[in-house]
Amino acid sequence: MRTTTVEEAVSRIPDGASLMVGGFMGVGTSERLMDELVRQGKRNLTLIANDTAMPGVGIGKLVSAKLLRKVIASHIGLNPETQQKMIAGEIEVDLVPQGTLIERIRCGGYGLGGVLTPTGVGTVVEKDKRKLVVDGREYLLETALHADFALVQAFLADYLGNLTYVLTARNFNPVIAMAATTVIADAEHVVPVGMISPDHVITPAVLVDYLIARA
Amino acid sequence: MDAQTVIAKRIALELRDGMLVNLGIGIPTLVANFVPPGTHVYFQSENGLIGTGPIPEEAMAQPRLTDAGGRPVTAIPGACAFDSAFSFGLIRGGHVDVTVLGGLQVDERGLLANWMIPGKMVPGMGGAMDLVTGAKRVIVAMQHSAKGKPKVVKQCTLPLTSSRPVHLVVTELAVLAQVDGRLRLLETAPGVTVAQVLAATEAKLEVPATVPTMPIE
Repeated sequence: MRTTTVEEAVSRIPDGASLMVGGFMGVGTSERLMDELVRQGKRNLTLIANDTAMPGVGIGKLVSAKLLRKVIASHIGLNPETQQKMIAGEIEVDLVPQGTLIERIRCGGYGLGGVLTPTGVGTVVEKDKRKLVVDGREYLLETALHADFALVQAFLADYLGNLTYVLTARNFNPVIAMAATTVIADAEHVVPVGMISPDHVITPAVLVDYLIARA
Repeated sequence: MDAQTVIAKRIALELRDGMLVNLGIGIPTLVANFVPPGTHVYFQSENGLIGTGPIPEEAMAQPRLTDAGGRPVTAIPGACAFDSAFSFGLIRGGHVDVTVLGGLQVDERGLLANWMIPGKMVPGMGGAMDLVTGAKRVIVAMQHSAKGKPKVVKQCTLPLTSSRPVHLVVTELAVLAQVDGRLRLLETAPGVTVAQVLAATEAKLEVPATVPTMPIE
């Protein structure tokens, strides 16, 4: 783990990269990282996240600034801009049930090729997917997702990069921290090593490549 | 009593002490206001919380504590927080006793469509497909008709949420139960006749000899 500035961390993300971004309707998304992606004008990014928040909030900033080529998400309903850009063909949107999306990310991080889920059987979600019958019940084979970068928002980070989260801001964050080649973490507070007890570390420091220093 | 209150009050009677309950956005959220006194249920927000409490007083919102619609909520003593994989493990794994969701259409087999209107509204399914597929009991809270058109239809014309039928449909007119792949009229709302329910319903309903009134006040 290395501490760095938000500018330097984001400069490592090339155009065309795939990003997993933590957050649920903007809660648990690093606004600093979103603002810096916009400032540096990244292009053709693929986004994997629960949702695209609202215009002006979290991932919504990436949508407004036209940084995204493709979105894999469970919900875009609170962001009319995403829907408009999808209908206009400017952003490719792949809608995935939320439980399936997070399991596909988990598979990516846990070394699994995919997961069998009953969710989506008999709906439009099963299109082009393999169906397997296990013990008499039908499942869809949903494949693993992996990304070039995970942009994680934590509540506390210690100087080594161990992370904890708070309340509903945890959501996708610890799961994406397992599923990307490079993990960039932002934290609301950076505290001395030992202040987060071993039992309360959710994301171990060894998973974190870059920790944004507080300004 | 307005339509939403009828629906929310009636669904609240389905809740039992100790249940884990997931409430969707809209009418389902109102169910929390009518939990019978003495009944303690745990509300789950699929964004990562068991123990979701009422909306905070003004200026007391915690920005990292929201419901699945992104609105500020509180957490009751004994609440716990977790990540999304765990949250959907609770849902798919059958640990959620009751889920209450809104509906666009329910057909006479009990199948629900509630997540998109092709060409008009494509918000994404969010957690709805997992909830309908995995919760122990699925209750639909919806108005009986939309713009004069029945929402309880012969066959859903909108994309399905799950191939698993729902268990109960509660509207401002009636309570319908799905029994063996058919819908049965269980109760009518106060002041509503069986004939009125049937006139507002496209699906074929099983109608028992006597249909009681919803026990709500």
